[in-house]
Amino acid sequence: MKDVSFGQYYPVDSAIHRLDPRLKLLFLIAFIVVIFVANSFWGLLVCAGVLLGAILLSRIPLWKVLRSVRAVIFLVVFTAVINVFFYAGETVYWSYGVLVISKEGIVFSLFLVLRLVLLVLCSSLLTYTTTPVALTDGIESLLTPLKWVHFPVHELALIMSIALRMIPVLTEETNRIQNAQKARGADFESKNPVRRVMAFVPVLVPLLISALRRADELGDAMEARCYMGGKKRTKYKKLHFGWGDLVAFLVGAAMLTGVILLRVYVGGVL
Amino acid sequence: MRIVAEHLFYTYNEGTPFAARALDDVTLTVEEGEFFGILGHTGSGKSTFVQHLNGLIRLPSSLKRSKKHRAKKGEALPPAPVLRVGEFDLTDPKTSFSALRRKVGIVFQYPEQQLFAETVKDDVAFGIKSFADKKSPPSEQEIEGAVREALEAVGLSYAEVAEKSPFDLSGGQKRRAAIAGVIVTKPEVLILDEPAAGLDPLGKKEIADLLHRLHNTWCKTVIIVSHDMDEIAENCTMSAVFDAGKVKYVLPPRELFAHADELFAMGLDIPLVAKLCRALHARGVDIDCDLTADGFVKAVLAKRGQA
Repeated sequence: MKDVSFGQYYPVDSAIHRLDPRLKLLFLIAFIVVIFVANSFWGLLVCAGVLLGAILLSRIPLWKVLRSVRAVIFLVVFTAVINVFFYAGETVYWSYGVLVISKEGIVFSLFLVLRLVLLVLCSSLLTYTTTPVALTDGIESLLTPLKWVHFPVHELALIMSIALRMIPVLTEETNRIQNAQKARGADFESKNPVRRVMAFVPVLVPLLISALRRADELGDAMEARCYMGGKKRTKYKKLHFGWGDLVAFLVGAAMLTGVILLRVYVGGVL
Repeated sequence: MRIVAEHLFYTYNEGTPFAARALDDVTLTVEEGEFFGILGHTGSGKSTFVQHLNGLIRLPSSLKRSKKHRAKKGEALPPAPVLRVGEFDLTDPKTSFSALRRKVGIVFQYPEQQLFAETVKDDVAFGIKSFADKKSPPSEQEIEGAVREALEAVGLSYAEVAEKSPFDLSGGQKRRAAIAGVIVTKPEVLILDEPAAGLDPLGKKEIADLLHRLHNTWCKTVIIVSHDMDEIAENCTMSAVFDAGKVKYVLPPRELFAHADELFAMGLDIPLVAKLCRALHARGVDIDCDLTADGFVKAVLAKRGQA
């Protein structure tokens, strides 16, 4: 519970931090598309290069970004193992019933692992360099077209920003309650898995109660200040598109074109 | 149990931009049998310190982290810390934290927020059940007896509240029930973080009385963490002031509040009676009294008798 580094904003000042959140979101989407368009190691290498450049520019320690992979390590390993054993390749090294290890299988699962890791790294770079508020502002701005079909964009953005805002609060609360129960002898480190799960009941009940209480209080506070969502609200911080954003946009566009060209002219991994 | 702490350092989130030094070379001794008050502004490190005392912050692992970090940055290592609570040596990684926590109970701020069970009885029994020896668990009667004793000790009637849901109790009752849930294992040292926070004056008085009762009969040492000066002045036999992770004073409250100007500078206050004495002193009247309202009135009357 203590390590919430996955997705936590990392407060330093850098070119990447200063980019327009809308651009960063679009960049992320483009990046994900590119990762899936790329069908050769060369293509992924281009992506990895751009990402590495972005991480270095962001002035966040590399290990800190790499650590976010830890959260999904199980998924990555699981995917890799499944693919190694079930990919029907031609150059077979070993087989047993339906299980086959082939050269193509190994290459393919390496490829998948790389894709997954890049996916996680680029999304966590976004949350590391963008405050939750900027992020939701960006999402709201990007979703504006949906307002024409009466989709409650503003409300959605508000819900998201409150949810994000509450993550550290509830984490702290969890630690506090956990400490209180530990002081009463609760054992969260028991080797017996059933006992370990049961140990969380005395934490979850008070946590739920306090979350509901907080929600109530927040609702009251917002109402007391006559909060109203919708068209007429102005913004404290206006988003604007600057020179840095243009450069980032060009880099992104170049990457996209490059990878597509690679796909067309160089061909796939297999 | 005597508590001895020497050269304690602690930094939250060491090695990240969120790093915050909480303890900076803390040395403090709490003798057995004392009613000890720890004073300090928010963020002065007082809560961090008390969390060390029952191993919620584990010294060996925090030491290891700090050593690694300092070695990397080429800083000199601080003097070796000492932390002993009775017979427990907390710098030793082999110390049993479960046994320690049984002896050192902590009541956190707003303890009523930790209540979770369906009935008050079950909630209070949680401590006994979780500390119990897994091979020979206590019988139902033993548990019920201990719960009854703890509830009566905090001034709640067992017959009245035992089967109720803890969420149906009043604010003051909830807090008592939560305190019962900590003292039910008969800790020798009882630590309370802001025990009277958020209560009305009567509730505060009741909690103070309760703590005195517990101090005399139930727990040998009581430590309260507070920034309510009156609470410290009226109850404690000894007090320590924390400021920015350091221990500034260790004095009996009466002597402590003579340092009014220094306390103001730390963002702390002095008790009302001490303020009155100061105001009178500025007008040339010296009153020597303990810091209770009664003592002050007696001293003033005696003074008037002389005049």
